[in-house]
Parts: sequence; structure tokens; C-alpha cells
Amino acid sequence: MSASTEPPTNLIASSAQDIEGLLSLGLYALIATGLILILLLLARFLGQRTHSEAKDAPYESAVDPTGDARLREPVPFYLVAIFFIVFDVEAVFVVSWAVAYDLLGWAGFWQISFFIFILFLGLVYLWKMGGLEWGSQSARDQKRRIG
Amino acid sequence: MTDPLLSLALILAKLIAVFGVILTLAAYLVLAERKLLARMQLRYGPNRVGPFGMMQPLADVIKLLTKEDFVPATADKWLFLIAPGLSAVTALLTFAVVPFGPPLEIFGKTLPLVVIDLNVGVLYFLGLSSLAVYGMALGGWASNSKYSLLGSIRGLSQLISYELSMGLAIVPVVMMARSFSLTEIVMAQEKIPYLLLNPLAFPIFLISVLAESKRIPFDLPEAENELVGGFHTEYSGMRFGLFFVGEYINLIILGSMVTVFFLGGWHGPWLPGVVWFALKVLAICAFFIWVRGSMPRLRYDQLMHFGWKVLLPLSLLNVLVTGAVLLGMS
Repeated sequence: MSASTEPPTNLIASSAQDIEGLLSLGLYALIATGLILILLLLARFLGQRTHSEAKDAPYESAVDPTGDARLREPVPFYLVAIFFIVFDVEAVFVVSWAVAYDLLGWAGFWQISFFIFILFLGLVYLWKMGGLEWGSQSARDQKRRIG
Repeated sequence: MTDPLLSLALILAKLIAVFGVILTLAAYLVLAERKLLARMQLRYGPNRVGPFGMMQPLADVIKLLTKEDFVPATADKWLFLIAPGLSAVTALLTFAVVPFGPPLEIFGKTLPLVVIDLNVGVLYFLGLSSLAVYGMALGGWASNSKYSLLGSIRGLSQLISYELSMGLAIVPVVMMARSFSLTEIVMAQEKIPYLLLNPLAFPIFLISVLAESKRIPFDLPEAENELVGGFHTEYSGMRFGLFFVGEYINLIILGSMVTVFFLGGWHGPWLPGVVWFALKVLAICAFFIWVRGSMPRLRYDQLMHFGWKVLLPLSLLNVLVTGAVLLGMS
């Protein structure tokens, strides 16, 4: 065997390992889904089922439910979801810098520092504006005035 | 040498072993938790089924399977039926990237003790932990019950908030290991675990993981004395069981993530790698149970303030400090 044929065989070996890995991931996902599916089906078919008006109503500590439970999403929770998207996208940039931090050197470091600093200002802004406050509307307004 | 049938047989044997161990461990973790909590509260805990109550998990599974499968009349039926499966499947799938031992030499083949060594393993873990939110959110919404909905809205906000600090706490680990692959992260900790090299990232990650697992002191989505059972109020039988088991599988997985990222994975003296890995994971699980036995529940605004005003800035700062130190040393 000459040295020139070595890289291709390594390549083939590594791709064979990749295929083995993907195969085992596929089988793993298949077994996991199958197992849970069997449990869900078993739960459906074992055990008796009876119906009555009171039993089929949603549980509200023995009080008759009034109206639909599909409440509108309270605003603070919605805000958290928006903040999450902003900071999660930021995390993507930070992670992509992290895998190449030594190649990018100090220049890259100062750039990402600047980026994180700006987002930090964003966090301070929504902190000051009361975006992170909880409780009733009036309590949040009060905290905002103090802050 | 690379006989396809042999490879397939080895893979299948490995997968069956993985499933057997995870499911058994999850079932016995429930028992261990009940026993330990009982001891912390000066009770005996389950001790009737089999010697020392050891058959209790089996009895529980039989009971859950034969219980009535109840669906509220106003519920969104299909989503309601599927949601528990979603949360259990996402929990199980996450384990695919966890390396639980050094590669094994068997029949002249090297068998990696991990389902798949993805080169983007960290992203796979973060992605699936985001997907894990769906089981809870859809289950709570589909029940069409006020307790369930409140629990799932709370849970959604809590999980996405703590996911930020959890993700950012792994960034220093990725920088030190120069890899997204969990196997390589473990390899890089052969001499010193990252717990010692980055002592700030470890507590941030541990607390975020505790919040991700929805356990005391962060169990607001299912706070039983205000929301009855939170997002799984309307669930009964095996569907409740799947939420429950999913939670314990999640506990094992988060424990293994702490082990992989900060405690050096399978590395350790004298004992074989797999044993070290299991010991470390069980130690983290025992710590979580201990925390549950000794902490009160947080108030919701305290929970969110802690995540956004303490953990998030700290983890960002930690990323910058780690970057400066690593660049300064090279």
C-alpha cells in the first residue's frame, strides 16, 4: 500500500462510521417513538371508560366551570416570549463566535464584546421600562415610576 | 472486518441496553425519590410491594395502564391524546447524543458508547430541550381547563427564560473544548473537569437545569396547592404516567448533561468509565432530590427576576471573561 491511498480509505472508514451513527440514531428514534406509541395505545384500550355530565366537565375544584378556558395570553408572558426570541438570536451569534474565537483573535473578541454590550443595554432598557415586572397592571406601573 | 450484520447486531444490542437502562433507571428514580423524601420527612416511604418496596415501580406501571383513560368533553381530543407522548419522546431522544462510556473494543470493532456522536451534539441537545416545551404547552392548552392553561403558560415562560442562561452557560465549555461534539467535550476533560476550570458556569448551568426540569424550587407550572396539578390536571392513567416518566427521563438526561459538560463525563480513576458516568449522574439526581426535600417554592416574579436579572447577565459576563482569559493565555 502506498501512502497516497491512505486518505481515501480513512475517508471511507469515517463515512462508514457516520452511516453507522445515523443508522443507530434512526433506529433509536424509531424504537423510542414505537415504545411511546404502544404505551399510548395500551392506555386507550386497557381500563374501562364511563361518562357522566359532571365527570366530563373540566376540573375546577368542584365548582361548575363558567365559560371557555381558552383565556387570552396575559401580556407579561407574551413579552417574555418576545424577549426570548431577541436573546436567543443573540445567543446564536455568541455561539458562532465561540467556536472560532481563537481564529478571530482579539479583534473578534472586541467585536463580540461590543455586540454583547449593546444587548446588555437592551436588557437594562427593558428592565427600566418595567418589562420584567410581574403582578397587576397598577403594580407594574408603580414599579416603573420608581425605577 | 466491517461485516454489516455484525455492526447491526452490535447497534441493536447497544440500543436495547440503552432503553433498558434508561427506563429502569427512570422507574427506580421515582422510587428512590419517594424513599429519600420520606426519610427526610421521618416517614418510611413505599415498603409494602416486594422487599423494601422494590417492586413498587412495576405495580405503579400496571396500575397506570389499567386506569381509566379520561378525556374531558370540551378538550381538543387529538392534541390531548398526543401531548404526553410528545413530552416523553423528546426526553428520550435527547439521550441519543450522551456519551456514557469510552469506546469499547468488541469482536475487533470499536463500538462507541453513544447512540450517535453528532458533531453538533450541543445544538441537538439545545434544540430538543426547546421542543420539550411543546408537550407541556399543548397538553395544557388542549385540556381546556383553567388550571391546566395557567400551568402551561407559566411553564412556557419559565422554560424559555431559563433556556437562555442554560445555553449561554455551555458556551464557555464549547470554547474550552473547541467542539460541539459531546464525546470530544468529555475527551477534553481527561485531566481537569470543567467544573474546576470554569467555576461560575457550573452553578449557572445547574440552576438553569433545575428550572428546566420543573422541579422544586422551580415547580410553578404544576404547583399543586394553587393549580392542583398545573398542565397535567386533566390527565389520568398512563397519559399522566408518560408526563411523569418523561420528567424523570429528563432528570436523568439533565444529570448526564451536567456530568458531560462539567464533571468530566466517564473519566475517573480505578473504576471503569461507564460506572463513573453512572455514579456522577446518580449523584446529580440525588442532589436534585435533596433540593426538593429542603427548599420551598419560589414566587413567580422571583423566579422570572432571578432568571432575567441575575442568571442571564452573569452568563453573558462569564462568556466574555472566559473568552478574554483563553485569548490571553494563547
